[in-house]
Amino acid sequence: MSINKEGNGYTMTFAIVMVVVVGGLLAYIASTLKPIQQANVKNEKMQNILQAIGLEETNGVSRDEAGKIFNDYITERIILDYDGNVVSKKTSEDPIESAAKSMKDEKDAFNLEVRKYYNTLTGLMKKYPEGGAEYEAAIKEKGINYPLFVAENDGKKYFVTYFSGKGLWDDIWGYVAFREDGTTINGTVFDHKGETPGLGSKITEELFQNQFIGKIITDENSGEYKPIKVEKPGGEYNQHQVAGLSGATFTAVGVDEMMNRSLEVYNKYFYSLRTASVQPLESPVNDTTAVMDSIQVIVDSTMLAIK
Amino acid sequence: MSETKEPLFSKKNKKLISDPLNLNNPVTIQVLGICSALAVTVQMDNAIVMSVAVLFVLVMGNLIVSLMRNLIPSKIKIIVQLVIVAALVIIVDQVLKAFVYDVSKSLSVFVGLIITNCIIMGRLEAFALGNKPWASILDGVGNGLGYGLILVVVAFFKELFGSGKLLGFEIFGNSVDQTGLYAIGYEDNGLMLLPPSSLILVALYIWIQKKRTPSLIDEH
Repeated sequence: MSINKEGNGYTMTFAIVMVVVVGGLLAYIASTLKPIQQANVKNEKMQNILQAIGLEETNGVSRDEAGKIFNDYITERIILDYDGNVVSKKTSEDPIESAAKSMKDEKDAFNLEVRKYYNTLTGLMKKYPEGGAEYEAAIKEKGINYPLFVAENDGKKYFVTYFSGKGLWDDIWGYVAFREDGTTINGTVFDHKGETPGLGSKITEELFQNQFIGKIITDENSGEYKPIKVEKPGGEYNQHQVAGLSGATFTAVGVDEMMNRSLEVYNKYFYSLRTASVQPLESPVNDTTAVMDSIQVIVDSTMLAIK
Repeated sequence: MSETKEPLFSKKNKKLISDPLNLNNPVTIQVLGICSALAVTVQMDNAIVMSVAVLFVLVMGNLIVSLMRNLIPSKIKIIVQLVIVAALVIIVDQVLKAFVYDVSKSLSVFVGLIITNCIIMGRLEAFALGNKPWASILDGVGNGLGYGLILVVVAFFKELFGSGKLLGFEIFGNSVDQTGLYAIGYEDNGLMLLPPSSLILVALYIWIQKKRTPSLIDEH
């Protein structure tokens, strides 16, 4: 008996068999490759964080290497709320569970999805274009949090912040590391999803990123938060300004906006650290460089306390 | 079945590979698959990976469709072809994400868009559906190479003049440190980094190609 290939029955059977076979094959391939893909994403994030610290040791670290040495440098992973209070704290002892959705530890700063938070935030910005108390209350209500990574090297502490915003075409995000004083930038990493190659995409280049090193986010005199401005390229820049990119004004505006918005929150936490670090004066310190450092911190924070 | 005695690389079969490289190039003569040719040619390595991806999808798609050509119900033949191509593209995308993560990031959506690359559906419909597997494989290789050739040539000029590099190696010196050609005032051409420059380069390619092969010029 020959099969009628023009009949509806044959066509239906063919379609059903095809869908089952192809569906099964793709599901198998996707589930086999998933662990490798997730490790890539995780290691890339670790690479970005390590690179951002601005240390010679971690400069240019490879993705695979980053996954191995991450915990040697990053000692604490902290989640901050909008007021700069610590919501949760993980140390390098705690494993980073970022694989499957069910395994994901929401209390781990490493797993905070700042790009999702930014989407929530843009909704709120539209709802409260004026900002103000209602806007801030809504941010807290939505539970928008901020990840902070504390790195240690040679007895010095560094704070790596991580935030997201919008460039010209799509999402942009950045990692900015601060020195122990919580105001001086020690390194940055910016990345983007779809900025124009050769123009906006230059935010990923060292030429742009290295300008931020040594800039400060607090006012020299009052100690209050003072944002870093991305200015037009060309000209002289002070402690709170960097050069933008010619031909990529909107990407630069996006970098400017996301930094100002996010660092203001982190500064609340840094401020609390600065004021709290007046106390350790009583504790004995043996290491001379540590003494010098702490004196510096104390001087800085007394300036703030005076204010 | 006298045809099976035909040698693997007979004159006819050789033509299947050589034609798409020049006389019947899918990009410059048939003007198909232009979208990705414009977009992924900023760097040579992206262009090469993209070519390999298209080559793989084209050869495998051609082979599968050719093997099933007597089974595919004619009522849903386009849907069947689409499913085969889509499945292959998803496999390529997943493999790239797992093993060459950086490249898959810079190719972003364009790997997924191979599904809509007219070269692939065109070859499946026009060739594989009516030819034997071996001839279909050769046709896939030929068209895939023809596509890749244009991509690599365009990317060569775009990367060289747009960022002074080839495959990431600095050819003209370092623009940041002002070494090499940059020291004497040379500057990268920003236009070369944008999609419109590919149009210009492809047009120049077609011009030179037609100049060299008069038979390609339309009579009227």
